[in-house]
Amino acid sequence: MALSDTALTPQAYIRSQSRWRPIEIVFWLSLLLPYVLFPNYLSLASQIAITAMFALSLDLILGYAGVVSLGHAAFFGIGAYTAGIFSKFVWGELFTGLLVATALAALVGYVTSFIIARFRHLTLIMITLGLGLLLHEAANSASWLTGGSDGLQGVQVWPLLGVFKFDLYGKTAYGYSLAMLFLVFLFARRIIHSPFGLALRGIRENWTRMPAIGAASRAHIRKIYTISAAMAGLAGALIAQTTETVSLETLSFERSADVLVMLVLGGAGRLYGGLIGAAVFMIARDQFSGIAPQFWYFWIGILLVVVVMALPNGILGGLSALIARWRRK
Amino acid sequence: MLPPVFGVLFDGIAYGMLLFVLSVGLSVTLGLMNFVNLAHCAFAMVGGYTTVTLMNQFGWPFFATLPMAFIVSALASVVFERTLYRRLYRATDLDQVLLTIGLAFISVAVFAWFYGTTQQPINVPSYMRGSFAFLGINIAVYRLFLIGIGIVVTLALVFGLEYTRFGAQVRAAVDNQRMARGLGIDVDKTFALTFALGSGLAGLGGALAIEIVGLDPVFAFTYLVYVLIIVSVGGLGSIVGSFLAAILIGVSDIAGKYYVPELGAFLIYLVMLVILMWRPAGLFGRR
Amino acid sequence: MTAPATEIALSARKLEKRFGSLVVANDINLALPKGARYALIGPNGAGKTTLINLMTGMLFPDGGKITLEGEDITALEPQSRVRRGLARTFQINTLFPGLNALEAVTLAVVERRGIAGQFWRNLSAHRESVDEAYDILSRLKLGDSCYRITRELPYGRQRLLEIALALATRPKVLLLDEPAAGVPHEESGEIFEVVAGLSDDLTLLFIEHDMHVVFRFATHIIVLVGGAIFAEGSPAEISAHPGVREVYLGTRKHG
Repeated sequence: MALSDTALTPQAYIRSQSRWRPIEIVFWLSLLLPYVLFPNYLSLASQIAITAMFALSLDLILGYAGVVSLGHAAFFGIGAYTAGIFSKFVWGELFTGLLVATALAALVGYVTSFIIARFRHLTLIMITLGLGLLLHEAANSASWLTGGSDGLQGVQVWPLLGVFKFDLYGKTAYGYSLAMLFLVFLFARRIIHSPFGLALRGIRENWTRMPAIGAASRAHIRKIYTISAAMAGLAGALIAQTTETVSLETLSFERSADVLVMLVLGGAGRLYGGLIGAAVFMIARDQFSGIAPQFWYFWIGILLVVVVMALPNGILGGLSALIARWRRK
Repeated sequence: MLPPVFGVLFDGIAYGMLLFVLSVGLSVTLGLMNFVNLAHCAFAMVGGYTTVTLMNQFGWPFFATLPMAFIVSALASVVFERTLYRRLYRATDLDQVLLTIGLAFISVAVFAWFYGTTQQPINVPSYMRGSFAFLGINIAVYRLFLIGIGIVVTLALVFGLEYTRFGAQVRAAVDNQRMARGLGIDVDKTFALTFALGSGLAGLGGALAIEIVGLDPVFAFTYLVYVLIIVSVGGLGSIVGSFLAAILIGVSDIAGKYYVPELGAFLIYLVMLVILMWRPAGLFGRR
Repeated sequence: MTAPATEIALSARKLEKRFGSLVVANDINLALPKGARYALIGPNGAGKTTLINLMTGMLFPDGGKITLEGEDITALEPQSRVRRGLARTFQINTLFPGLNALEAVTLAVVERRGIAGQFWRNLSAHRESVDEAYDILSRLKLGDSCYRITRELPYGRQRLLEIALALATRPKVLLLDEPAAGVPHEESGEIFEVVAGLSDDLTLLFIEHDMHVVFRFATHIIVLVGGAIFAEGSPAEISAHPGVREVYLGTRKHG
């Protein structure tokens, strides 16, 4: 906190906390670089953008409200399957597909939020895990709708804005995903800097104090959980549309666990943590895609141990601690 | 002549006994230390692979390997408790989850490296393999053995908790840690010993599981889900709770697969969700 | 000495609470008139904090009734009681470690105003809430450290922040649990100045161990022993009460 802060009025101080920092602008502009520097990796970049959105949705409940979920992929999968089925049976228009998928994920999120908000600690972890596993089993069984373990067949979307087709090079996919990510990010940013965002941080910082200041914590959790579910559903819908496939993997425990690792890696509760974590994780996985899965998980295991023991706030936390120390010199 | 449902019940109870031995350690340590140890089944794996190695490399008889499975797992847990776990006793749930899942991942990779990814077979004595008919249902000897072990372990734990000094210390520490410390009980040592005991039991469970469900490096995760379900349904820190929950889950799983195979694992997840929502602290949990 | 019902701000009748065979609240009856300055004293483990937890809803009683300004609040959740004007501070700092003081008090203010659910406008756009929070902090002499993160505040300031958070809910009745707990003697004066400066309309009940403070601020003292009310009365009556002196005050005279 620099001395000049005390010269600001309270209102101006709070406003300054939410100002766009130059590094953020650099970050977003640099996301256009793949078009120039890595034109062969645009499909991967598109996947990263989508996964980053998913990680951001988890950050809202985990990093800000402190809800530990091991089953968040349920909403990702609901969004994916809804968008896929919509394109198959209704039409392939992209934005209506996104709308329907997001709405359905939000609805399911809203209903489950009543359960989620009532529990904490191990019970909550188990319930989120159980709900996720249950949905996965249900989707597996309902193969008449979902295609079961073969995946959803016949997903076909229209070109973006009638002009840009999704092709193997991923040019359209990346532009589309990136634009949606940015819009969703702006929305998340707004939430964080609003009174509601402050309430969420209060819940995370001290659950016991909240009722003592008259806060209805459970109602707040229901709200953010619904928003987060909608966001995860939107990410799922994007994957269905950009890859024109949907598989059971989108609902799997692996996906829930991976996104948790990404968020923790990047640093939860910092808005950008999920984005950084998703990028690092997926680039690493792409580079090491040759090795057998259990060896990949060996390094993830090492990473988790290191992060928990040495870097509790992830990459971004570590960076900001470094910067703070450098500033004090 | 008994109807086939009793056969399903028998198999379910036997499976439940195995799950109980695997789970009870986690329930006690969770109730005692509030430490979410998702590497619990990795310790079970240690026990399983101990038995495999002793039998296949060194020719030990099956029964002799069982105490070794217990001991090796218990020792392994002591190492991790001293180095890593004890720093996180006051950490958030999330941190504990992440650390222990990380350890579980590492263990999967390590065992895959040394033992390969396929299931490891062992040769239990031939008299353990057979089955006989009883009142018209098929009783597998090994499953009967599992039920026996389950009962012995339960009795040992219950008597141990009620009638030994160590047991009294554990109960005191579970009830009120601060007061227990105030009374001069070395709570940290109680933790460490209980944790070793629980992990040792998991190791024993891992060894016992080989013949029934097979052992591969992914065991740490496959059975973690079952164990977590049993622990949350039974109630943290409750031996009786774990026992009943294990039987419930064991029977539900076997019965589900027998009568409604299309549902798969659906049934036990549903059972868990219903029970947790009705009793969030588990059937016998507190708080 | 019964006052007419409308003048009683907070009352408890026949309050009971048991944990197994341990009775922590035994037939507790008390009535706080509006504007009162009551002290709650008693040996450690007597159940003073438990009583506050019962009154505020953090614990639900096994029997008995709690009334706030005539309304039965026994079945209400803690946040509903706060909204009706019953606030408390905690003996052990229960603050928001990662929020700065301004954010913490603003949070309490926006919750009170019912706008904590709004997620569209920036927090700074809610001028009156921010200004009100700053106002409260200034009155408690926390204005100049309001941008500091709570966990970095000195302990004494944190205790003041405890009170600020409670005041932000605009309570009618305030229950203070050892407001100067853990604060070195030289600094506790500041805290009691604040308590003394609180509005006369505000009804106060405070738990305190320091008898000098009790005799200075309280108009009425309730002595709690073993979960039950042992004695109550004016400071003079209590200091002369032989049982109380034995159980708690020791044999030295106070006042």
